[in-house]
Amino acid sequence: MICQECNQRDATVHFTKIVNNTKQEIHLCETCAREKGDAMMKSFGGPGFGTNPFGEPTYSFHNLLSGLLGYEQSQTPMSKGIQAPQAGPHRCSTCGLSYPQFAQLGRVGCADCYKHFAPHLDPLLRRIHGGATAHTGKVPERSGGLIKMKKQIEELRHELQTKIQEEQFEQAAILRDRIREMEQGIGNGEGV
Amino acid sequence: MSIQDFVRDASRWMQDDGPHSDIVISTRIRIARNLVDHPFPLLADDAQSEEVLEKVRTAIETDEFQEKGHGHFEFLTLRDVSDVDRQALVEKYLISPSLVEHARRGAVALRDDEEVSIMVNEEDHLRLQVLMPGLQLQESWKLATEVDDLLESKLNYAFHERYGFLTACPTNVGTGIRASVMLHLPALVVTQQINRVLSALNQVGLVVRGVYGEGTEAVGNLFQLSNQITLGQSEEEIISNLDSVARKIIEHEQAARHFLLNENREVIEDKIARSFGILAYARRLDSKETMQRLSDVRLGIDLDVIKGVSKNILKELMVMTQPGFLQKYHGAELAPGERDWRRAELVRERLQMDKGHI
Repeated sequence: MICQECNQRDATVHFTKIVNNTKQEIHLCETCAREKGDAMMKSFGGPGFGTNPFGEPTYSFHNLLSGLLGYEQSQTPMSKGIQAPQAGPHRCSTCGLSYPQFAQLGRVGCADCYKHFAPHLDPLLRRIHGGATAHTGKVPERSGGLIKMKKQIEELRHELQTKIQEEQFEQAAILRDRIREMEQGIGNGEGV
Repeated sequence: MSIQDFVRDASRWMQDDGPHSDIVISTRIRIARNLVDHPFPLLADDAQSEEVLEKVRTAIETDEFQEKGHGHFEFLTLRDVSDVDRQALVEKYLISPSLVEHARRGAVALRDDEEVSIMVNEEDHLRLQVLMPGLQLQESWKLATEVDDLLESKLNYAFHERYGFLTACPTNVGTGIRASVMLHLPALVVTQQINRVLSALNQVGLVVRGVYGEGTEAVGNLFQLSNQITLGQSEEEIISNLDSVARKIIEHEQAARHFLLNENREVIEDKIARSFGILAYARRLDSKETMQRLSDVRLGIDLDVIKGVSKNILKELMVMTQPGFLQKYHGAELAPGERDWRRAELVRERLQMDKGHI
């Protein structure tokens, strides 16, 4: 078997990666594996490995998570080895946390980080949460008024589909009117 | 109540029984919440942390919160709590070791019966915990969400339409819930079935940890089973998944206990009786041996081999023989060597109280 990285030497290092139940087998020669390994270690920690910028020891789990995050960026240029995440536009404008810092800490700095890092977050969340990227649970009563209403409408629409399939058209009509009413409510700014 | 009340006595979950308490020691629900427009604790400076702390304190000390919270909540800022008392609170599972690490800016609101605790400025602004004896996941969630609603009526939570409740660590985002049950599984361990049972759990989105958190080994045949995933499933789904798996494990443990009694009675009785003898008479006990012996004794009580001893002895002593509590009990700081001596003394006294026999 030939190394899939350099396509020259014999592959002697084999590993299996499982992401979202998809199995991927990777076969590398020793040289390429070492290169990848070094880069992995860099993205795992670099300076301050094992401690956060405040000098506190980080949990092994957060190290693992930052490993995942660092690896996340490096996966795309598969052929060119692994680049450490670069500073730049990837910075939360609210708290100032940069993406590399987030990758190192394994934790975000404020609520707005979720917006700023959204493009990077989805693949990560999928890995952590068994493929899911959207919340389906509790919605806070006060701050989530509008969101709650949208969710209710979503549920009613679902119910409406069922009623139509069951040919219960009278009940479907009632549901349709209720949905319309609620949508108008949102348009008028209710529940915000 | 004062801090001294909280660190002196056993908690309710240690004294009361719950459903399936022959196998399930306790149930815990923890939910993570953050406030909008405040940096998360990791990045917050002292002034910003103080602001969050005061906002939460004000919310909790309102008449409405105290009335609807089913009991009085005492708000304790950690910098006013001594080291040994902090340790005792950790040992009672009322606060996390991580809150102690950030004691300078952290606080905890404890309900008088210790069933509910609200940590402030841990990894997230708020960590709400409900702790009940036995298997009571639904009951614990009901109480947790009620207290959560009460807090939310006074505080603006960071919530995202798609990501749900926003947390410092992406592993908690969404529901922010970590539901867990502490299981005592001596028969599955001794019949060597435990690894087979535990390895199946990863496939259903659950994780097993030792009792003292991430990365700790299982001591005293105690296993903490909790949900891994917090996003994409509702709280009810997460809880009912954990509940049904816990019930399956209970069945396996019961079957293994029957097997031991029927097929290996002499061996298991001997093991139980030896451990009982050691706890009753030993002069030095380290914490690991204490937990192992307590596990045997507890199994002996469950199997009716040991009579006259309260089955809460495991829960009580697993907390009370920890270093912080031992020092509270002794009333002075203890060197590690001295602790083993005092631990044995405490265990002997506790066993004599019950006048157990075989």
